Amino acid sequence: MRCSEAIREISNFIDGELGAALKHELEAHFKECEHCHLVVVQTKKAVEFYLESEPEELPGEVRTRLHGVLRKRLSSPPA
Amino acid sequence: MCKPIEIGVSTLCANVGIERTGVLAIMMGTPNGHLTSTNPHRLPSTIAREDEHLLVAAAKKGDLSAFEELVNRYERKIFRLTMNITGNREDAEDAMQDAFLKSYSHLKDFEGTSRFYTWLVRIAANEALMRLRKRRPNQFSLDEPVETEDDLMPREIQDWGPGPEQRFAQTEMREILNNVIQELDPDYRIVFQLRDVDDLSTEETAAAVGISVPAVKSRLLRARLKLREKLAKYFQQRGGAN
Repeated sequence: MRCSEAIREISNFIDGELGAALKHELEAHFKECEHCHLVVVQTKKAVEFYLESEPEELPGEVRTRLHGVLRKRLSSPPA
Repeated sequence: MCKPIEIGVSTLCANVGIERTGVLAIMMGTPNGHLTSTNPHRLPSTIAREDEHLLVAAAKKGDLSAFEELVNRYERKIFRLTMNITGNREDAEDAMQDAFLKSYSHLKDFEGTSRFYTWLVRIAANEALMRLRKRRPNQFSLDEPVETEDDLMPREIQDWGPGPEQRFAQTEMREILNNVIQELDPDYRIVFQLRDVDDLSTEETAAAVGISVPAVKSRLLRARLKLREKLAKYFQQRGGAN
């Protein structure tokens, strides 16, 4: 397998969406190719870093407006 | 089992009862270089889910303080979602406000087969996408770019060393991640936000954005590769400086 073919399948590999044959082919390639192995490991980590990061606090004025609107508009039970 | 509800111009799947654990049912790199399967826990604890269930039940009966607690819990995530989709603070704020208002007024349609947050995400994504389309009608390129092999080939391939994130303070790391996400092409950022961050399925993402399933997969691949490449610049720079 060429590196370009491996890279094209990295996302499907990460999501576990490959058939057994192609998955084994990729795993074999990652064992042989340090670059592609680094790319798949780092790509997974990069996504994880983002998913694990806490979103920033709402800017104060945005939060004030949000809760003001909700209190003003939601004065009756949901229909 | 999906009960569609009409909100705004699009149809949402209001009670998606599928817990997707496979958005990153991914392969971990291990110290010996082997790849093993992992199943990251993205869902809250049982206690948190039961707590959410109680809050939703109270909100359905008109308990505004219970609904406000749900808002407090999710406002940051929902604002990040709407910001990452619209790329515009004013639109993001409006989309967030309307998402919470609509979620309250449609609470009767929420049957509790999925998490409330999952349901809320679909409403917020819809609100944000509507605003994006109004502001930039030609924002979404429906066709995939003509690509060469070089387009996808990763650059910046160096070992990050152990625990690259530990070299940064939490706030600094958050700022870096926020910067690299904002630098992504909007087409890629939106798909990444919906598919990876908000856990929509590939099919749901395709329907929400109005592109094909292969286009979602292609954009997700590019988004993830770009995210890695942009983060690598920070990690390698800092690694070199130390």
